[in-house]
Amino acid sequence: MAPRQGSLKLVNTERIKSRGAFAVVEARVMIFMKYLPALLSVAVANPFLYLLAVGVGVGKLINAHSGGVDGVKYLTFLAPALLATAAIQNALDEVVFPTLEGFKWNKSFFAINATPISGKQIANGVLLAAMTRVLFSVTVYGTIIYLFHGFTTARGWLAIPTALAAGAAFGAFIMGLAAWTKNDDTFLMVLNRFVIMPLFLFSGTFYQLSSMPIYLRWVGWLSPLWHSTELGRYLTYGHQISPWMFVFHISYIVAMFAFGMRFAHRQFEARLSR
Amino acid sequence: MILDNAVAIAQSRRGHFAEGSYAGRAHVLMERSLMAFKNSAWLAVLSGFFEPVLYLLSFGYGLGHLIGKIPLQNGHVVTYAAYIAPGLLATSAMNGAIYDSTWNVFWKLKFDRIYQGMLQTSLGSVDVALGEIGWALLRGFAYAIGFMCVVVPAGLITNWWAIMAIPAAVLIAFGFASIGMAITSCFTTFQQMDFINVAMLPMFLFSGSFYPLTVYPGYLQGILKALPLWQAIEMVRDFTLGIVTWGILWHVLYFVVMVIFGVTATAKRLTKLFLR
Amino acid sequence: MTNSEVLIEAKQLIKRYGDFTAVAGIDFQVRKGESFGFLGPNGAGKSTTMRIIAATLTRSGGEITILGKDPEKFGPEIKAHLGVVPQMDNLDNALTVEENLYIYGRYFGLSKAFIRPKIEELLDFAQLVEKRSVKVEALSGGMKRRLTIARALVSEPEILMLDEPTTGLDPQARHILWDRLFRLKEQGVTLLITTHYMDEAEQLCDRLMVMDKGSIMAEDSPAGLIKSYSTKEVLEVRFGSDRNAVVAPQLKELCERIEVLPDRILMYADDGEELLHQLNQKGLHPLTSLVRRSSLEDVFLRLTGRTLID
Ligand SMILES: Nc1ncnc2c1ncn2[C@@H]1O[C@H](COP(=O)(O)OP(=O)(O)OP(=O)(O)O)[C@@H](O)[C@H]1O
Ligand SMILES: [Mg+2]
Repeated sequence: MAPRQGSLKLVNTERIKSRGAFAVVEARVMIFMKYLPALLSVAVANPFLYLLAVGVGVGKLINAHSGGVDGVKYLTFLAPALLATAAIQNALDEVVFPTLEGFKWNKSFFAINATPISGKQIANGVLLAAMTRVLFSVTVYGTIIYLFHGFTTARGWLAIPTALAAGAAFGAFIMGLAAWTKNDDTFLMVLNRFVIMPLFLFSGTFYQLSSMPIYLRWVGWLSPLWHSTELGRYLTYGHQISPWMFVFHISYIVAMFAFGMRFAHRQFEARLSR
Repeated sequence: MILDNAVAIAQSRRGHFAEGSYAGRAHVLMERSLMAFKNSAWLAVLSGFFEPVLYLLSFGYGLGHLIGKIPLQNGHVVTYAAYIAPGLLATSAMNGAIYDSTWNVFWKLKFDRIYQGMLQTSLGSVDVALGEIGWALLRGFAYAIGFMCVVVPAGLITNWWAIMAIPAAVLIAFGFASIGMAITSCFTTFQQMDFINVAMLPMFLFSGSFYPLTVYPGYLQGILKALPLWQAIEMVRDFTLGIVTWGILWHVLYFVVMVIFGVTATAKRLTKLFLR
Repeated sequence: MTNSEVLIEAKQLIKRYGDFTAVAGIDFQVRKGESFGFLGPNGAGKSTTMRIIAATLTRSGGEITILGKDPEKFGPEIKAHLGVVPQMDNLDNALTVEENLYIYGRYFGLSKAFIRPKIEELLDFAQLVEKRSVKVEALSGGMKRRLTIARALVSEPEILMLDEPTTGLDPQARHILWDRLFRLKEQGVTLLITTHYMDEAEQLCDRLMVMDKGSIMAEDSPAGLIKSYSTKEVLEVRFGSDRNAVVAPQLKELCERIEVLPDRILMYADDGEELLHQLNQKGLHPLTSLVRRSSLEDVFLRLTGRTLID
């Protein structure tokens, strides 16, 4: 047996303070590497199926009846929205389950927090790990859209970072909520049915937000999905938005991210010391 | 002794159906579900009702403008909302039943170990299976009624045949729940359970809830028509739109076969499911 | 007691999980009114055996009857007489404390009129009266354990099966449980217990079966086991973690048997003081020493510990 060195010598507290989050990322990546084949196939199959079913199927009816939406073919109109949806959905999956698991199901965050790694770092690590996966999925998604001729200019690729940003912003906020909730079943149910689904359905994903009655449009205004989709549409096919709105969409997402991160940090710290 | 009652019940079943794994008390599982429902599951159950309604609102209203009317095989045309409403009812019946019989069962089995607790008592595995399927059907029934309460005032239903969509939804839930249980009894890990989601998505997207299959080439239509969800949607749609012919019986038969197959397979694998 | 009715009888009972044999053909009998204990290291197959008896796990081979019936054919009928406390709590997380007791009684087909007062009695026994309306998720580990035990009593079972019942219980709760079990035994209830606490086994069990790797190593009363597998007294000595192994060969010559543990050495002899004296005379001065009577712990070590492996 090697002679005992002692933690005073072995553990570099300064290093953990600056890089602790990466240890959490490493742990998360280790876990999802186990499901790599499943992740890969979902990342490819999902966009493919959605584009084929809704973009092509529903598109056929719409193109026949109204000649497309917003001056373009339905698939072109829909693609950036699906891209943003995928980013948000993936980000939520990848922050909510680990957070519930870490605080409730196997309590691994308490174990991590018993080392010098802080609650903030755990939160950062979880989000960072999630975003690596989202980046991957969204890139695959973008490529498939490109192959479906969803966009044709180089500028279209910029819709990937805007989608990613929306995923990070909303992901951070929901991660905070997942750390806060005590009742995991109800939380998941409410999140899926009362948050994600309405956002998906009422954020101008499948048609312009302006064709919704005014009393339902507020869902879109609040939704990071709508803001990201508007940017995406502008970037992929030149959807008309005023410069003011362009700045506003970006600011909304950035503000949500900043607020979300602060909220998540607070909730993580609070939960760990509760 | 106090237990005379339990023993008497057990003994009275000797020589009957599934002796050794059925104590004839599946209804106490429904009693349990009701208690759990009152405590917190009500929100989950209630939320299941909103799903099709929100879809109807979003797609029916928003896409309806872009799509216009849909022509039916019998020459009539209907609004897009009226066209997708039955699809959404059938889909939600399927989703609820599949969730209850797969993930929910798997979760209670693996993590909460609730079934282990039940099987320590004089309940048998058939009681547990029937009790859980029974609850899923009750839920399917409630959803169907709830959905009708939305679509009728919305003017999407104009004929009396539509009332038959309610038992149809229950039959659909029964079919999917029994198949779901059979599938769950074969799976042991979470990764395997994920296959269920993988299989459900394309079925949901391509079974014609949102547009007629005629947008596809003929051979693809043939394949899609063999899927249970298409059968379910057609059955409900025929009732809600009042296109009632003897042909509906084929859809009904499809689900009856599914129920028989699912229940038989589940019964065969129950030992594997609960006593492993 | 020996002539009373046999309630549980296993012959060449086998359980395999895939290729792995967890229970390797064991025979045993449990009689009415007896208190029967399973002892053995982790993974010995105790819980597996208990679950087969409880008709919640199917066997892979051999025969077993409980109350004269085959659990695979008469599951519900057998289970009607059993109260089961599994190793891992399986309370219903969606329900409250009280509801857990209630619905469990309903599973047995008991009437509401019977269950209502019974709940009060059991809440009292489990010291959970104040927690009656709390969801079980919010209970502490020990409280959950107490509730699981209380729940097993709701049907006043003929046979009570407890798989490590007191793990996680505080000393007070443990003694309340022991007291309760004694009383149930007096009323003729048959007890099946697994435990890792030797004092518990000694206190509660008339007969013990020591298992290891799926087989039975020995079976007798606690006193009988001590008599057959150990000496009267034990001398425990410590030489420091480095020196224990070095002096062991010298110690071996002084007594019937020694047992080298990581932190200390156990020396078996009928007179411990005398042995210690000899030790000192030889110039082997232990850091600490202790003479005590043999206990089940020594039997356990002997039967399942290192001596059997080398
Ligand atoms: N469901 C299962 N699948 C595969 N192997 C199992 C399963 N359950 C138990 N085993 C294995 O069977 C053996 C006996 O397990 P069992 O739970 O009966 O041990 P035990 O004597 O109760 O141990 P402990 O004191 O740790 O509770 C172990 O090696 C265990 O790994
Ligand atoms: Mg065990």
